[in-house]
Amino acid sequence: MTNISVPKNAPQLQKQWFERRALFNTVLTGLVWFAALLGSIPLLSVIFMLVMEGGSRLGWETLTALPPAGFDQGGGFGNAILGTLTMVAIASAISIPLGLLAAIFIGVLYPHSTTASAARFVAKTLTGFPSILAGVFTYAVLVVTTGYSALAGGIALAVLMLPTVVLAAEEALRQVPKKMSDAAYGMGCTRSQVILKIVLPTALPGVMTGILLAIAGAAGESAPLLFTALFSNYYISDLMEPTASLSILIYNFSAMPFENQIQLAWTASLTLVLIVLVFNILARLIGQPKI
Amino acid sequence: MTVNPFNPSDTTDSVCCQPTAKEYTFDSVFRAICYSAALAIIVLLIYIVLEIGIKAVPSFQEFGFGFITGTTWDAVAQEFGVLPEIWGTLYSALLALVLGGVLGVSIAIFLTQDFIPAKIAVVFRTMVELLAAIPSVVYGLWGIYVLIPLLRPMSVWLNEHFGYIPFFGTELNGPGMAPAALVLAIMILPTVAAISVDALRRIPYKLREAVYGMGTTRWEAILKVILPTASSGILAALVLAFGRALGETMALAMLIGNSNQINLSLFAPANTLASLLASSFPEADNMEVQALMYAAMVLLAITFLVNVLGYRIQQFTMRKFEGKP
Repeated sequence: MTNISVPKNAPQLQKQWFERRALFNTVLTGLVWFAALLGSIPLLSVIFMLVMEGGSRLGWETLTALPPAGFDQGGGFGNAILGTLTMVAIASAISIPLGLLAAIFIGVLYPHSTTASAARFVAKTLTGFPSILAGVFTYAVLVVTTGYSALAGGIALAVLMLPTVVLAAEEALRQVPKKMSDAAYGMGCTRSQVILKIVLPTALPGVMTGILLAIAGAAGESAPLLFTALFSNYYISDLMEPTASLSILIYNFSAMPFENQIQLAWTASLTLVLIVLVFNILARLIGQPKI
Repeated sequence: MTVNPFNPSDTTDSVCCQPTAKEYTFDSVFRAICYSAALAIIVLLIYIVLEIGIKAVPSFQEFGFGFITGTTWDAVAQEFGVLPEIWGTLYSALLALVLGGVLGVSIAIFLTQDFIPAKIAVVFRTMVELLAAIPSVVYGLWGIYVLIPLLRPMSVWLNEHFGYIPFFGTELNGPGMAPAALVLAIMILPTVAAISVDALRRIPYKLREAVYGMGTTRWEAILKVILPTASSGILAALVLAFGRALGETMALAMLIGNSNQINLSLFAPANTLASLLASSFPEADNMEVQALMYAAMVLLAITFLVNVLGYRIQQFTMRKFEGKP
């Protein structure tokens, strides 16, 4: 065995913890861990409060009963759940077909045309729009003439969903390998056949993810509903009348001086978060690449 | 009968065939429908701007640019000005940007620079995304019943000991700027983190290997090479998050106190353009609605400028890494 000896004045290659560079490194690593933990505190706190404050009232009665008035005990927000679902359904019925067709145009048909780049720019601008402006717009166009209604609320939500659907669907459609559509063209398909039979089915998981995330976002929106759907204490019976929604109920009840209403606001928040989460989780499950 | 392989319309023995006349018609119609859908989106934006703009015209004629510098909002005296709201909008968004930006970029570094195993990073990223999924109104409720009671004793102490600093000039009596800005910071944190993670991921792995190969510590690599390389992407993240903070409505309407004043103090109530719209619209009469439309135009203009700036920077980043070498 040869004896390997280290020369006397060889540089120290191992870092020592007290070295300036190493200390600096450790401190910043500590800071970044601290930031990450600090960032997760609000989420944990919100979830804790929702479960603690809202969990106790979560039950069949709360989910179906009508909102209580003043000093009344009990009650629930069944009409608000139904109202939220109705308006999200209206918004989806408008924005999904329109958004999907537009996405096909700007993503597959003519991605480099002027119209496509203009539409893409507009969609990006619209995603950054303050959500309350969708409410102001719908108010100016619709509410002024027809009054507060579920339809107006649905249209305001549709304005918000549309750009999300367009951008997500475009992204998903672009991911489809060019080879696949080339093969279909080679066999004599028309462009619409290629899109409807090859590109769209292939991109469907991604498109669905985008749509579900847009729905989740719309369900949680409140600002555009404030002065389009307003609020109502009764179950919805007509699309042209003021309609309750979970988010507006939380907003209204949070400012009330009654214990019962505040508790209901927490329970409604828990319900709303659960609805939003279901759509989010669905979106993730569908969007996962199949191996 | 023999099949001529060079005649495209001879399809006896092949799955390939020319489209029929019916298929051609369907194709044209389908493309026309898609075209009109894309046009509809462009028209929608123009329609939104026009509709709000036209409704704001009477108010614009009445108040002119004095609307932007006026400081009173009085529906009875028919006097309207939005300077306090513009101030509140910018101030709250800026405070949120500083806090949410630092945290968001730190978290993006934490998630991309191998501080934690990849599997845990995925869990953490999902958590940050969940933070974005919680509705604004729920944050508002949380702010009222958790954050404000928590901040109140702090504000009293700070005001008592450091009252001479303008930021701590008042105590927090209920809603105010600090809880609003904090909630706003929490709400933009996922935006900052997500876009920054994207920017950091775009950096070629070679670059990191080259830096580490020269014997840098992890943070020397991050601060001197990785962050500067990703800087335009991170800037885009910050600008877009700023745009989002400017337009955020519900949580602010619940937490900021809707008070028409310009005050540097973090604990004084204030107001923003979006929460002015939210709180005044339902009960506004004709004249006030016109003034509110004008305010909506101001908000639209501010957010539009900020967002366009953000997307320009983002596009620049993408081109830098994907386009030319």
